[in-house]
Amino acid sequence: MSRVAVLKGGRSLERQVSLKSGARVEDALERLGHDVVGIDVGHDLVSRLRDVRPEAAFICLHGRDGEDGTVQELLEIVGVPYTGSGVSACMRCADKVVAKHALRDAGLPTPDFFAFSEMAFKQLGAADTLPAIEERLGFPVVVKPADQGSALGIRFAPDAGAVPAALVAAFSYSQKVLLERAIDGRELAVSILADEPLPIVEAIPLGEDFYDFEARYEIGRTDFACPAQLDDDATARVQQLALEAHRLLGCRGLSRVDLMLDADGKPWILEANTVPGMTETSLLPQAADAAGIDFDALVARILQGAS
Amino acid sequence: MPEGPPTGGRAHRDLERYAGLFASRTRVMKSSAMRDLMAITERPEVISLAGGLPDTSTFPAERLASIMSKVAADSSAKALQYAPTEGMSAVADCIAQVMAEEDTVIDPSDVLVTTGGQQVIDLVCKTLIDPGDVIIAEAPTYPGAVPAFTAYQADVVQIEMDSDGMRIDEMEEALERLEREGRRPKFIYTIPNFQNPAGVTMSLPRRRRLVEVARERELLVLEDNPYGLLRYEGDPLPTLRSLDGGAFVIYLGTFSKILSPGLRLGWAVAPVPVLQKMNLGKQESDLCSSSLSQMFVTQYFAEGHWQDYVLSLRDVYRRRRDTMLDALAEHFPAEATWTHPQGGLFVWATLPDYIDTTDLLALALQSNVAFVPGRAAYLDGRGGSSMRLNFSGVDEHAIREGIRRIGEVVREQVGLFATITSRPQSGQAPMSAPEPAAIDQELADVLHLPKRDKRERRAE
Repeated sequence: MSRVAVLKGGRSLERQVSLKSGARVEDALERLGHDVVGIDVGHDLVSRLRDVRPEAAFICLHGRDGEDGTVQELLEIVGVPYTGSGVSACMRCADKVVAKHALRDAGLPTPDFFAFSEMAFKQLGAADTLPAIEERLGFPVVVKPADQGSALGIRFAPDAGAVPAALVAAFSYSQKVLLERAIDGRELAVSILADEPLPIVEAIPLGEDFYDFEARYEIGRTDFACPAQLDDDATARVQQLALEAHRLLGCRGLSRVDLMLDADGKPWILEANTVPGMTETSLLPQAADAAGIDFDALVARILQGAS
Repeated sequence: MPEGPPTGGRAHRDLERYAGLFASRTRVMKSSAMRDLMAITERPEVISLAGGLPDTSTFPAERLASIMSKVAADSSAKALQYAPTEGMSAVADCIAQVMAEEDTVIDPSDVLVTTGGQQVIDLVCKTLIDPGDVIIAEAPTYPGAVPAFTAYQADVVQIEMDSDGMRIDEMEEALERLEREGRRPKFIYTIPNFQNPAGVTMSLPRRRRLVEVARERELLVLEDNPYGLLRYEGDPLPTLRSLDGGAFVIYLGTFSKILSPGLRLGWAVAPVPVLQKMNLGKQESDLCSSSLSQMFVTQYFAEGHWQDYVLSLRDVYRRRRDTMLDALAEHFPAEATWTHPQGGLFVWATLPDYIDTTDLLALALQSNVAFVPGRAAYLDGRGGSSMRLNFSGVDEHAIREGIRRIGEVVREQVGLFATITSRPQSGQAPMSAPEPAAIDQELADVLHLPKRDKRERRAE
């Protein structure tokens, strides 16, 4: 029994998901016998931490501040051990562009991409490079904000005419966007717990437009299969690759690596998430369940890894 | 530390414990990124033009107190008792007065008093809609009706509007097409006055034609008229109910915008067989609407000043509307268009088609201002470059500042798009149609109902 602060909410666009994750984790921690203090993260975070004096912080923040290393840095300074990855891994993973460069430099497969800041367009004539980029990546091309965790702002541009509007949309969320080659294939997520890969989850859209990103994360419009229907060899390769990405990016304790498996059976890493969702429909709890780890045990294992 | 049985503490948040028990229809009550965005608009520092709330702050507190005391002193037992399902007859008389104000004469015995106008939408669907039945609605339509239509598994066909309201010619074409396909429209849902969200008003010729079409085809029309008395300019137009005489029009009225939404009192006036079915539906839903609220309304009307309060609201809202229209002209770029509502609570603004207002909202929230993205008012993914702006819920200063901030982010996006598209082009493909994105079927909360305070909040 120890005092645990659950950090949740905050100002990110994923506030709602974070509150749900946090509430579930608080329930589980209480059932595990801990003294739980939920903290909706705001300007008084540091003073609350100093008042509460928790023995550990369980981070349930998604997106900006909570997943990008900001809160982790504060916890380091205040001296509270916390769950999940450290500052540098959070910074690397929160910025898809930085993460993809790291993956590419290490020779791990990630779809071809180019990235721009808004300034590059405004001051350096980046628009002139678009035709060449489009030629290199082909269509459809995926346009993403560099540091937005949810599906917001992600667009498929089926042709060159759709690229400018997709860029404007992505720049609504981030100062930096990437254009990425679209992989046609199966969408997989490998959750890593205590540096071991859990069973693979596959997201299967239900007769919806494949390019409708938001639909794929809504209950009732996407089916999740866990473990994914893959042969042993493919399963092992995908899990191994996810684990390599997790290690390469310096993640600690847990993460969720999202991949695409193309028609030739080749896996491509899209991104790694350092604070995966813990809601009733989130993928990490599903994967843990498939591995025989119930939610309370999952929470206990994550807390154990706090440092 | 919480003590006692497992009903206390945090058990109520333990959603997964109950997940296996939920009916399949709850699967449409989903959470989505857009909904999460809308939740952020509730931060206190945000100027929200996203709500649809009337301003209840000008209602004199001493008047509220005196009405309440009078009800308590004179009719305490009755106010605390159940009421008839159809409502108290004294309230039906008040309703007849309100409708007479729009030259619509009804028999008070044809009234069903409901728990807000929203219940009328629910009851009409419950009474008329089998899964797969067609509802004709306007495009855009009231975002709060969307979840009701969806819950009853209706197939909603949305008809374009212009500055004269719903295009009745297009509606007739749609009806022809549906007939050829053997699909059965059950009713036509329209807000003829100062439509929510579009702010436009249906012209008289179109009203006449709509009523004719309904009669010829024996289709019902649900006339939703919450704002009819909140007209700030122009001449009043006859209600569909008055044009039709009551054969095929179900009329929806409410005290929410002329008195108080907190009373939760609305009403339906419908052809008798329909009304009887709706009455049964209401019985099984909630037995009756609040007796206390009904006594309050009765007393309020008996004092004879209800029209004065409507007049005072009109003044407040007219000024706010004018402020918003002026601010739009000053701060929105030339590429934007917006409606000029003659009444009601909303302006509908449309931006160049390369701007997606859901994404724009994320940007606007960084400037602490919010609106409703247009997609909330469509079931088919349209509306991506439009937004609904409310001018009744915040004061003139906030309206001016809110529009200035939105204008700023819009200009930012217009400028960025121009920069991106100014590249030397060879064989640029034509602009693609924006992809239909997910619609949010649970945007009833665009109304931004006030939150319970912490002590009350137990079941969330």
